Amino acid sequence: MTAARTASVGAVTDPAADPVAPPVVSLRGAAVRVGGRTLWSGVGLDVGAGEFVAVLGPNGVGKSTLVKVVLGVRQPAAGEVRVLGAAPGRAGARVGYLPQRRSFDASLRMRGADIVRLGWDGDRWGLPLPLPGRFRRGAAAASARIAEVIGLVGAEGYADRPIGQCSGGEQQRLLIAQALVRRPRLLVLDEPLDSLDLPNQAAVAALIGRICRDEGVAVMMVAHDVNPILAHLDRVVYLAEGGAVTGRPGDVITSATLSRLYGTPIEVLATSDGRLVVVGQPEAPARHVDRHEDGGRGAAVPGPRDARANVPADLAPFAPAEPGPSGPSGPSASSASPAPPASPVSEDVRRD
Amino acid sequence: MTDVLLAAGALPTWSWNPVADLREMWAFPFMVNAFRAGTLVAVGAGAMGWFMVLRRQSFAGHTVATVGFPGAACAALLGVSVSYGYFAFCVAAALVIAAMPRGGRAAGGHESAVTGTVQAFLLACGFLFTTLYHGLLGGVTSLLFGSFLGITSGQVWLLLAVTAAVLAVLAAVGRPLLFASVDPDVAAGRGVPVRALSAVFLVLLGAATAEASQITGTLLVFALLVMPAAAAQALSARPAVSLALAVLIAAAVTWAGLTVAYYSPYPVGFYVTTFAFAAYVLSRGGRYVRERIARPALEPLPAGGAA
Repeated sequence: MTAARTASVGAVTDPAADPVAPPVVSLRGAAVRVGGRTLWSGVGLDVGAGEFVAVLGPNGVGKSTLVKVVLGVRQPAAGEVRVLGAAPGRAGARVGYLPQRRSFDASLRMRGADIVRLGWDGDRWGLPLPLPGRFRRGAAAASARIAEVIGLVGAEGYADRPIGQCSGGEQQRLLIAQALVRRPRLLVLDEPLDSLDLPNQAAVAALIGRICRDEGVAVMMVAHDVNPILAHLDRVVYLAEGGAVTGRPGDVITSATLSRLYGTPIEVLATSDGRLVVVGQPEAPARHVDRHEDGGRGAAVPGPRDARANVPADLAPFAPAEPGPSGPSGPSASSASPAPPASPVSEDVRRD
Repeated sequence: MTDVLLAAGALPTWSWNPVADLREMWAFPFMVNAFRAGTLVAVGAGAMGWFMVLRRQSFAGHTVATVGFPGAACAALLGVSVSYGYFAFCVAAALVIAAMPRGGRAAGGHESAVTGTVQAFLLACGFLFTTLYHGLLGGVTSLLFGSFLGITSGQVWLLLAVTAAVLAVLAAVGRPLLFASVDPDVAAGRGVPVRALSAVFLVLLGAATAEASQITGTLLVFALLVMPAAAAQALSARPAVSLALAVLIAAAVTWAGLTVAYYSPYPVGFYVTTFAFAAYVLSRGGRYVRERIARPALEPLPAGGAA
């Protein structure tokens, strides 16, 4: 049943990728069970060196679980998973990981550069003794690499400030630097654009795209909105309804493919500025806001409806950039019933 | 501590000649041992407290320190050495706190409630034990507030051994512990055993406080754990610098407290705590002033808000 909804569209192998080199990440018929329930199954994916892959899908579908499988934190119930030619979790420093959006306590008195340094040697036991010679050279190399990676993400201006006093976008750049400092071949990012404002989303997305291209680092990124990263993507994995579709963004995010995946009519619309809007997916994006907002600041965040009128892309997957002035109230994609085929936008607005 | 001197009929006077004053103080073996023990306690508590404050585990640390009181009272009631009581209760409390699920920062409230419940109950038990054991009545104050008097050289050696062991383990796990304290998710992703480190840290904290409490009392040891570390973290955002500062401040306030207490009729615990408090207030005030001067107009938005 799930297999029927699992498909791969478009070319799976990138012609630019070296056919001899093993893929950085490879999933074959992978499945995951959580609490006796199969979250998804039949997921196949190959990520080549320097490729930018997004993991998309509605909430609760298991996007973060896919990341945990790749990191080796969670075991797949079925199928084969290889990361850099080995079992997941064995790659060590060759995999850089940026967990789901977290902000440091504002009172944390530690400089951004020290946070980056933790990515360099934070997992090593013992103390570096201030001995001459070998140790000093190692320390110089560490400092040089840390300065280099801080420059790479453009964080020179605030790397010496306590990280608690940096803005969300600044913290995210420093955390990307931390994930990159040991020169990983795979960078795994879990919703790195979450809770950033739109200019910062675009800037961080461009930064990740540049790192992917220039440094040859394969990037696997969980996202709930494809639009900020659409221009940089090589491939997407779209998880929904227990299955998955893998392929190029233009092949996967289509009405036909997503309708087949969901088993219900789905409309994919392209706005004039090239943004993609998915209408009618059954999962509720509002839950997403509740789940990821940390308690203290949740109250200050406008509800999904208000926010959607202002920053739609931030809160709903592939949300319409402009809900349209004719909308009587804020639209919501949280309806359980998909839009009828006729006039999807107005139906989307009305439905609620 | 000056009780002894008062009994001898003379309160020593401060001569404004530090060398002569120190020489006069250190002419008494009990003062020499008090300085030795105080320094060891300060170094251990400064380093452990720095991690405790960084990990936001002050309440757990307070509990671990406080349960030394019922532990000692229980040991006295059972007729065994109070050292066993301190160690058994402090380390057991550390293990209980470590065993409790700590599901991220959101679960902090839950942990506080359980920790506080255990702490309050054990304190009540301590009072019961002291009431049952009548011989200890005069000792309640020294259990809570400590006594730097009559520290034997043997106790100093034992303190040295425990402090050295605690610092050695801390040095061995220092960097992964720092990583796990600041960024547990990424640390776990890098293969750092976050939960095991948390348990190791708490047991270390229990051992250090159990040993120090026998001299400083269960309340003063907490002052030396939390205040120098908080002051040091306000002074510097560089981990190595602020860790060193925490140890230095702890040692400095202990020495200052012992010295002033020698020349005055009031207890040493009050002075040590007061000097540590002054260091904290000064460092926070200094940071506030420095930040106002550096960025007078635009404070950055608190982290995590709209970037």
